[in-house]
Amino acid sequence: MSTENNEPIMARPLSQEPPDVAATVRGHARLERNVTLLGIATLLVVAVGGLVEIAPLFWIDTTIEKVQGIRPYTPLEQAGRDIFVREGCYSCHSQMIRPFRDEVERYGHYSLAAESMYDHPFQWGSERTGPDLARVGGRYSDEWHVQHMTDPQSVVPQSIMPKYGFLRDTDLATSEMADKLRALRRVGVPYTDRDIGEAMADAILQADPEQDAGDFAKRYPKAQIRDYDGQADRVTEMDALVAYLQVLGTMVDVNSAAAQEKLATEKGR
Amino acid sequence: MQAETALTRVGIWFLVMLAMIVIAAGTTTQGFAIQAAMVGLLALAMMFVTASRFDPLGSARGFFRMPTTPSRYDDDPIRWGAIATLFWGMAGFLVGLVIALQLAFPWLNFEPYLNFGRLRPLHTSAVIFAFGGNALIASSYYVVQRTSRTTLAFPALARFVFWGYQLFIVLAASGYLLGITQSKEYAEPEWYVDWWLTIVWVCYLLVFGGTLLKRHEPHIYVANWFYLAFIITVAMLHIVNNLDMPISLFEPKSYPLFGGVQGALVQWWYGHNAVGFFLTAGFLAMMYYFVPKQAERPIYSYRLSIIHFWSLIFLYIWAGPHHLHYTALPDWAQTLGMVFSVMLWMPSWGGMINGLMTLNGAWDKVRTDPIIRMMVAALAFYGMSTFEGPMMSVKSVNSLSHYTNWTIGHVHSGALGWNGLITFATLYYLYPRLWKRKRMYSLRMINWHFWLATLGIVFYAASMWVAGVTQGLMWREYGPDGYLVNSFVDSVAAIHPMYVLRAFGGFLYLSGAVVMVYNVWMTLAGKLRDEAPMRDAAYDPELDRPLPAIPHTAVPAE
Repeated sequence: MSTENNEPIMARPLSQEPPDVAATVRGHARLERNVTLLGIATLLVVAVGGLVEIAPLFWIDTTIEKVQGIRPYTPLEQAGRDIFVREGCYSCHSQMIRPFRDEVERYGHYSLAAESMYDHPFQWGSERTGPDLARVGGRYSDEWHVQHMTDPQSVVPQSIMPKYGFLRDTDLATSEMADKLRALRRVGVPYTDRDIGEAMADAILQADPEQDAGDFAKRYPKAQIRDYDGQADRVTEMDALVAYLQVLGTMVDVNSAAAQEKLATEKGR
Repeated sequence: MQAETALTRVGIWFLVMLAMIVIAAGTTTQGFAIQAAMVGLLALAMMFVTASRFDPLGSARGFFRMPTTPSRYDDDPIRWGAIATLFWGMAGFLVGLVIALQLAFPWLNFEPYLNFGRLRPLHTSAVIFAFGGNALIASSYYVVQRTSRTTLAFPALARFVFWGYQLFIVLAASGYLLGITQSKEYAEPEWYVDWWLTIVWVCYLLVFGGTLLKRHEPHIYVANWFYLAFIITVAMLHIVNNLDMPISLFEPKSYPLFGGVQGALVQWWYGHNAVGFFLTAGFLAMMYYFVPKQAERPIYSYRLSIIHFWSLIFLYIWAGPHHLHYTALPDWAQTLGMVFSVMLWMPSWGGMINGLMTLNGAWDKVRTDPIIRMMVAALAFYGMSTFEGPMMSVKSVNSLSHYTNWTIGHVHSGALGWNGLITFATLYYLYPRLWKRKRMYSLRMINWHFWLATLGIVFYAASMWVAGVTQGLMWREYGPDGYLVNSFVDSVAAIHPMYVLRAFGGFLYLSGAVVMVYNVWMTLAGKLRDEAPMRDAAYDPELDRPLPAIPHTAVPAE
């Protein structure tokens, strides 16, 4: 390729009047001489893709198909989720099962959009240095989780997971629980005033089967009340994290969802 | 400094310190209190510094042997940026090596502060935002002044941008170790750090845009388009992706406005374009200035740069959904993301071709000039990873590659190869000019750096490709009985050797950077290594003479 067709570069003699830019400069060259125009044009061009792809997700109903059973996390589960977020677990664990035969057989029914609708932030992850956790709830016992967190290699010798034993020795901070639920309500999670008012007490009582649960079970259907970390006298961060892991993927009865899929196929939808 | 100004400034620092004490006392989160204390101590130190009118940079200026005569251009913030780039680069590479070793040898995790989950964002932020960000800010200050033939607009603001950006880095990085994170990839910093960065970034736009406005050249050089697009788009992405609801002004914790599916797409719209605009558009701006300068050739095609610019910035934004193939994101968005990702291949290669063809007529310099060699290798890696990216965004390929180490290999061939090498080349170009030295201390050491880095990338990328494909195939392997063959942990154990090889590649890359630090240190000290020049043909005056007349005598046969 030659550069013959490019405009020759010539300096204007100092004696000569400067050319009238507005009259002689047209088309793209105007952008190249006006930083405001260039900046505005750039912003417009880069805004298009996001608007077209993201905005419709907020008003197309089928983006999140409604399923039975989804409820906001209990305060203890949410506290566990906050620990999951704090420790950067997403670096190695995804929470998104793709609709492939091997993934469904390994991890369970593929993930539904509704299952993470109350997840702020979402934790789908991008890497499986460790296995997917989207449906880890109920697969292992609490004791297994506590042992695995304390010393992963003691239950899975080839595991490369770091130790998280300190969670067992750290009391769960519950003083911000109401603030947390209030902030979550502001971003769209449907907690009631009563949920927020009781947040601190709820967090404690879910890890202590001795306490009177009141209407807790009614407000959080299928929530499991038990001592998760095996230390009856205290509520630790381990209680919260295990409570969170044990609820992952268990809210929706995927078998009933599967039946609906079959029905949909039969009806040709 | 006037006494009144000094007093006002002391007052401002005092207020900052007071605010930090209030936050430290009010919060219940230990990490947040530590960070507030850090800023408070900084404010206290600045109070004394201002009060005593001591020039804090004076001694450092002597330590780094900055030129004493002022430059024609405003080069001080660029010198600081050039040093900061190298410093954060070393930090980022070192943490990278540590976490690579943690994956091979898990006993290297030390709970809770030095566990992999807390160190990994430290590594990514250190290399992308600290190393890359400082390189971009410093080089943009350099390029915009030279191509506009003017000094920086708002010199004080330009310095604030530099120091404010360093504070952003320190707050973000210490936050990860203390457990303050949003756990959104490449957008981990919490709300208050995000707000701070927003302020710094707007000032950066003012400095850069202001300098372009007061330029003495009628035409805005193409490198500046890319810098401008990078600054504007990063501002847009950063603000939208970090719309958060703090739980209280006294707590570091916040919840993102967008959750679930929408949160995922907003995040990857951000995440992919952090690559597209931070690591691509910004670094292409470096390429458009420093490659022609070092090659002493004009840019190959002006028209190509126009087409390349608009198509690149338009198409990149659409590609985010390819990070969410086969997830709960609606299919139409996934397919749209895939199609645009494949189209993105063309403008990417347009940029590579424009850079490489600039060497037309100067290809011999690849052999003789180690800086040019680094630039060419950077462009070659750019070309390779921008081919690999579209390929991996095809859904059927992605079904195998997603969630595996193939992705890690892909980003590192781009980050180490393209961003790393073009930054090193730019720095090697800048140091002698900024410090008014004849040349770098040693050109042969640049050559050593080049080969150590390249070999490191080869080890890194090759091992991660093998690891990724191994993982992908083992996860989906079925036996004749119709059952899955491998448990998950089998795949972890299988790639252990690859993890070790990857760490070795990282070690080589870090070694190259250590050679660079030594070379830069000696250059700043004003030394020139006594070494054989790289480009001269051998000349021996002893041999440069006619043969003496030798009497022809018969040699007896044996």
